[in-house]
Amino acid sequence: MDFLNAIILLFNFTVIPALAYGSQLALGAIFVTLIYAVLRFANFATGDMMSFGTMFAVILTYYFQSLGIGLGVLPTALLTIPFAILMMILYMLIIDKFVFSYYRVKKSPPVQFAMVSVGVMFVTQAIIRIIIGPSDRRFLDGEKFIIKATEFKEMTGLAEGITLKSTQAITITVTLIVVSIMFWFLNRTKTGTSMRAYSDNEDLALLSGIDPKRVVLITWVIAGILATIGGVLYGLDKSYRPFVYFNNMLPIFAAAIVGGIGNPYGAFFGGYVIAFAEILLTYSYKKFVAYLLPSSLEPNSLMQLLSTDYKFVVSFSILVIVLLIRPSGIFKGKTI
Amino acid sequence: MRNYENVIYAYIIMLLLIICVGLFQSWSIALTILNYCLISAVMTIGANIQWGYAGLINFGIMGYTALGGLAVVLVSVDPVKKAWQVGGLNILGSIWIIVAIVFITRFILKRFEKSLIRNYSIAFLIIAGVILIRVTATPGIEAIESVDPAVSGFLGGMGLPVLMSWIIGALLAGALAFIVGKIALGLRADYLAIATLLIAEIIVSIIKHEEWLARGVKNVIGLKRPAPYEVELQKTQWFRDFIEKIYSNKLELINTIAQKKIVLNQLIIDASSIFVKLCFTSLFLSVVIILLIVTQKALYSPWGRKMRAIRDNEEAASAMGKNIVKEHLFIFILGSAIVGLAGAMMVTNDGLFTPGSYRPMRYTFVIWVMVIVGGTGNNFGAILGGFVVWFLWVEAAPISLFLIDLFTAHLPETNMIRSHLVESAPYFRFLLIGIGLLLIMRYRPQGIIPEKIIKQ
Repeated sequence: MDFLNAIILLFNFTVIPALAYGSQLALGAIFVTLIYAVLRFANFATGDMMSFGTMFAVILTYYFQSLGIGLGVLPTALLTIPFAILMMILYMLIIDKFVFSYYRVKKSPPVQFAMVSVGVMFVTQAIIRIIIGPSDRRFLDGEKFIIKATEFKEMTGLAEGITLKSTQAITITVTLIVVSIMFWFLNRTKTGTSMRAYSDNEDLALLSGIDPKRVVLITWVIAGILATIGGVLYGLDKSYRPFVYFNNMLPIFAAAIVGGIGNPYGAFFGGYVIAFAEILLTYSYKKFVAYLLPSSLEPNSLMQLLSTDYKFVVSFSILVIVLLIRPSGIFKGKTI
Repeated sequence: MRNYENVIYAYIIMLLLIICVGLFQSWSIALTILNYCLISAVMTIGANIQWGYAGLINFGIMGYTALGGLAVVLVSVDPVKKAWQVGGLNILGSIWIIVAIVFITRFILKRFEKSLIRNYSIAFLIIAGVILIRVTATPGIEAIESVDPAVSGFLGGMGLPVLMSWIIGALLAGALAFIVGKIALGLRADYLAIATLLIAEIIVSIIKHEEWLARGVKNVIGLKRPAPYEVELQKTQWFRDFIEKIYSNKLELINTIAQKKIVLNQLIIDASSIFVKLCFTSLFLSVVIILLIVTQKALYSPWGRKMRAIRDNEEAASAMGKNIVKEHLFIFILGSAIVGLAGAMMVTNDGLFTPGSYRPMRYTFVIWVMVIVGGTGNNFGAILGGFVVWFLWVEAAPISLFLIDLFTAHLPETNMIRSHLVESAPYFRFLLIGIGLLLIMRYRPQGIIPEKIIKQ
């Protein structure tokens, strides 16, 4: 019984949150990696682009709520995602037309692209703050919990309960659906294949009649979908705050590189690696150990490897270690 | 000489702008802006050495700035004896453990062949080390942090003069750059940018959360300064006489003695703050001038030509027998040390150390914009970039507020759009900087004052 309690405890406080957080990171990391593979630059505006899409979802959620439109038990934000995606894609295409395309035609070095994306980051941040302001916003409505700890305890008679927030369940399901559709698209459709060809060898792809403009357009469309969904899911799970989204860019980059930048499977996997590492290394194992050991050996300390303040440090250290040992990432990077 | 004329005009315009601020807002604000411009100029010199001379992209400027700031606390604050007594041994012990881990890891890496067992043993060593450090350090940290938590709760510094900390700050930043350079310099350009960005984030979060070191987010206030304090200056006789002499014409117009005294006191209070700022300005200006002379000399020395050769064509330089890895590491350390110096200068100027305020936006990306806008590879350009961008960064809010008022003058005060725009005026600086960067990148990628190669 104690063993079961220990497992449930660990599951509740580490596995479920890590799966949800990892899904959010994974969506962002695939976004980074796609841009890197097809358009060939590290996009420093990642976090702010996700924030931009989420902003529309937040505004539309408030609008729909005022109209009385909702999804019942599900959050209204899910209804607004398609509209937010449209706005996001539109914004990305405008940015691409006026900013990135010039450097793409000129075949500028990646560093120049990175600096340009910093400029885009500044502008996007300004637009977001001017439209919605820098404050913290919650836009979750509908049912909050799927399983409550107390109900679970009553049902099973265990001392530890499992809490499953609806946002966590939604995050994991939506991520799985989106990512599988995307992988199917990349691997099974003709457009997806042409994107992979373009990423592998641009000149050869052009030679075989692939339209580069179309590839770039499709990449931004997929990127817009991923960015918006990732951002909205994160905002639903925690809350929407522009500054936090900018900071999220860092673990997202870490996830993309750890998985092998340019490789969507790697990015997907990397998101979970980062999330699990962050949560497992900063979790206090005191109660867990107490269940497993006889009561005479109960530990006094918190049994915590690192304090929770160092959540971000964990993911960045993993990145540094990966860069040192295997710079191409866990999966071999730089092709999709 | 034609080229120099442009440079001189650009600087004169910049000075006129700052003088305008003095005339229209206040001299105190103008001097604050000027001081920050000078500090930014030091940072851009550092970043320009890395990017302009060697083509290394360092997005970790924030980390070195914070480390320089930390040096001010560690050097100039008086030591907290009680804290050392209760927890000093534990801290020293954990530092020795860290040193031991590093050396054992190096030994393993050198002694054994690359294998899975080696990797696992290093991982095991590090995890065991972290646990050991936590066991040794935790009681010490708790004891230190409970010594007068409201005012100290940290180990304090060495109680040395504050100017020493500028050198120590540069050395600390250089030491960090050595480690980072060893880890990350082999990476491709954009990987290097991401890696340095994240490493800087690690540094700042360590400074933020290790309260025994420098109080973390609780901030250290009341740091020593190399200039006199305003309150003491106001009591000094020669300063009072000096102010009275300057304003004698104005004072003669006032009739009653009591009235005269009040006016004089007000004048002295204003003048003392300006005097202190001028002290800082002259200190910073001398640092900038020294750095400028040294970097200019370096740029046109054989060493500078070597760096440019490496930047422009690594393979050719390598074929000529230049050790690229070593040169890159050296220049990375040099640039970072200058950024560390700037960080120390900034904290000295503020008189307080606030780790919570170190954010990549303000301390990394804005500095990069300065370098790009000013002119990469040209020290005059980089310094000008520091001035222009910092000026815009500070003055963007008042300017945009003015423009908003102008364009929405026909709307009533209570209009939603107008009040919303007025509220968001501070964020127009991001828009201004971003659009400025994009325009410069597009239409003048070499910056306001481009790099010029003097053929010798």
